[in-house]
Amino acid sequence: MAKVLMTGNAAIGEAAIRAGCQCYFGYPITPQNELTEYMATHLSRRKGCSFIQAESEIAAINMVYGASLSGARTMTSSSSPGISLKQEGISYLAACELPAVIVNMSRGGPGLGSISAAQSDYFQATRGGGHGDYRTIVLAPSSVQELADFTHHAFELADKYLIPVIILGDGMLGQMMEPVEFKYEAPEELPIRSRALRGAKGRPSRIIKTFTSKPAELEEINWSLFRRYQQIKKQETTCDAFMTEDARLIVVAFGIAARIAKGAIKTARANGLKVGMLRPVTLWPFPSEKVQELAKSVKQYLVFEMNMGQMVEDVQLALGGNGEVSFYGRPGGVIPTPSEVYKVISRLYYQKGLK
Amino acid sequence: MSTKGYIEIDHELCKGCEICIHFCPKHAISQSSKVNAAGYSPASFSKNEECTGCAICALVCPEVAIEVYRG
Amino acid sequence: MEKIYTRPKSLKKAVFHYCPGCGHSIVHRLICEVIDEMNLQERVIGIPPPGCSVFAYHYFDVDMAESAHGRGAAVATGIKRAYPEAIVFTYQGDGDLAAIGTAETIHAANRGERITAIFINNAVYGMTGGQMAPTTLLEQKTTTTPYGRDIKLEGYPIKISEMLALTKGAVYIERTAANSPANIRKTKKAIRKAFQTQIDDLGFSLVEILSPCPTNWRMTPIEAWQWIEKVMTKEYPLGVIKDTTGKQDAD
Repeated sequence: MAKVLMTGNAAIGEAAIRAGCQCYFGYPITPQNELTEYMATHLSRRKGCSFIQAESEIAAINMVYGASLSGARTMTSSSSPGISLKQEGISYLAACELPAVIVNMSRGGPGLGSISAAQSDYFQATRGGGHGDYRTIVLAPSSVQELADFTHHAFELADKYLIPVIILGDGMLGQMMEPVEFKYEAPEELPIRSRALRGAKGRPSRIIKTFTSKPAELEEINWSLFRRYQQIKKQETTCDAFMTEDARLIVVAFGIAARIAKGAIKTARANGLKVGMLRPVTLWPFPSEKVQELAKSVKQYLVFEMNMGQMVEDVQLALGGNGEVSFYGRPGGVIPTPSEVYKVISRLYYQKGLK
Repeated sequence: MSTKGYIEIDHELCKGCEICIHFCPKHAISQSSKVNAAGYSPASFSKNEECTGCAICALVCPEVAIEVYRG
Repeated sequence: MEKIYTRPKSLKKAVFHYCPGCGHSIVHRLICEVIDEMNLQERVIGIPPPGCSVFAYHYFDVDMAESAHGRGAAVATGIKRAYPEAIVFTYQGDGDLAAIGTAETIHAANRGERITAIFINNAVYGMTGGQMAPTTLLEQKTTTTPYGRDIKLEGYPIKISEMLALTKGAVYIERTAANSPANIRKTKKAIRKAFQTQIDDLGFSLVEILSPCPTNWRMTPIEAWQWIEKVMTKEYPLGVIKDTTGKQDAD
């Protein structure tokens, strides 16, 4: 189909509808309101679909939980402070093995913060965020096309692994307009998930819960969840390597920061610096194996994120001392330019005596 | 037995709350002296000839421990 | 002789974990009787709360799912919107529905969600050991109002059902009690009407049931059942609070 010019927020909405999203529950918060509004316009009147502007982000995530219980493809979206509110609900989704898609168009924090793009929700997204031991798949798009593709992919992953999937975008991606191609049409019908609650017709009644008064039972639930997470690590870890084959320094960046870094790296290459980039696409599971593979020949890494240093810890963990990690971060919603990042790269390249 | 009704109390389900004893209009139930496996003194159907099968006891029993027969 | 009273079919044969004289067991049974009589067992989805009745799924032989504390109305909304054929009910305590869940409850009612809330009001937080609830009466002693509920410090018992009646989306709200044969019969009728309201697609329905909690009230079961009559109903009068099911909304 033809490419259309769309904002990131709207592209997510269109992609979700084409993925068969049946229920959207959201709440207004800058900088993702265009997504909520898109769903109000385009999802609410579709047959069998439901849109609610809930009374809070907490209500919205619990409506997602309810819709997922009944077997619907369902999503919510918010930005950093609202995602904080959703943590309890996400923990319950993970505990009950319920698929759902949660979109975070991150903004500066902590607190009410700023409405400008930031990447300071990395820990919140990849370390569980809510209480208890659990993980969610985290996808980090870095273009409007990827917002569309990853949204579609998120619904499939959520259904395949019975896990909440977080799309970790940011305010800039949500607001920018780029050409995007939608590769999928909305399905006519989706199969009903086998554990969905739809009334005990022709089968025994079903209970979906995780509370237990027997710790050993909960222990086994935890082990079983983590066995699935192992499977996801093996099968779904994704990253993008850009000009890493002969690199002496590798920049590690995700999302919008990776877009900015790419510009900086092109300038670096034009000036004879052998710089490449590793862009994690799944932030969880993190592409540790790829890092270890690169570390066989490259020992210098510059982690660039729009925060105070979050993904840098995963890079350090992955390297396990087998490489040197430098960090460049801009928090608070400040968006650095490619030339600024290039200055950091070239300075580091010189300081580390790289040729 | 010329009674209009009778009840069967499951002594192991009964928690000895005495609500049925309190509400029985014929005072046909009383607390037994035995102790069940859970440690409660269960209610016991004592005055068989008074029972009309009104089923108030079963209505108020929290444990669904009473079955009522009428005829 | 004919057996005229036995356990309802949709009430699983399990020993209730509730205290002697507790209202939960009565209300569970009544809901199951209504489900049986209205032939709803294959359509019902129930959402119990955290609380003493968190284990409600051990007793109701229908599809059930856990909810986070207070979120029942939002969860039920999600289920009903995704699968409108289901008959969805929440089963919530006073803290769940009227403290932490106030926003979700009011807005589900305001939107006229086709769900039914069974609201168990026992004026206390039972499961956690007897703390103050929003419905705790003035001067009532609880573990967090050891000197009695004080207007200046803790405000008044909240009348959430009366507040919900102000929303147009709530079409049937009744307050009953599970403390006497007559009141138990009325409770069953109210539950039945609430489910019928949902089946008839009229709006949000709620039955508030004053329920005995002998353990946390520090009373015997009979004393607790009588306290509801003597004291609780003075603050929370029984009866229909709102019923617009018989007519169309003029707006």
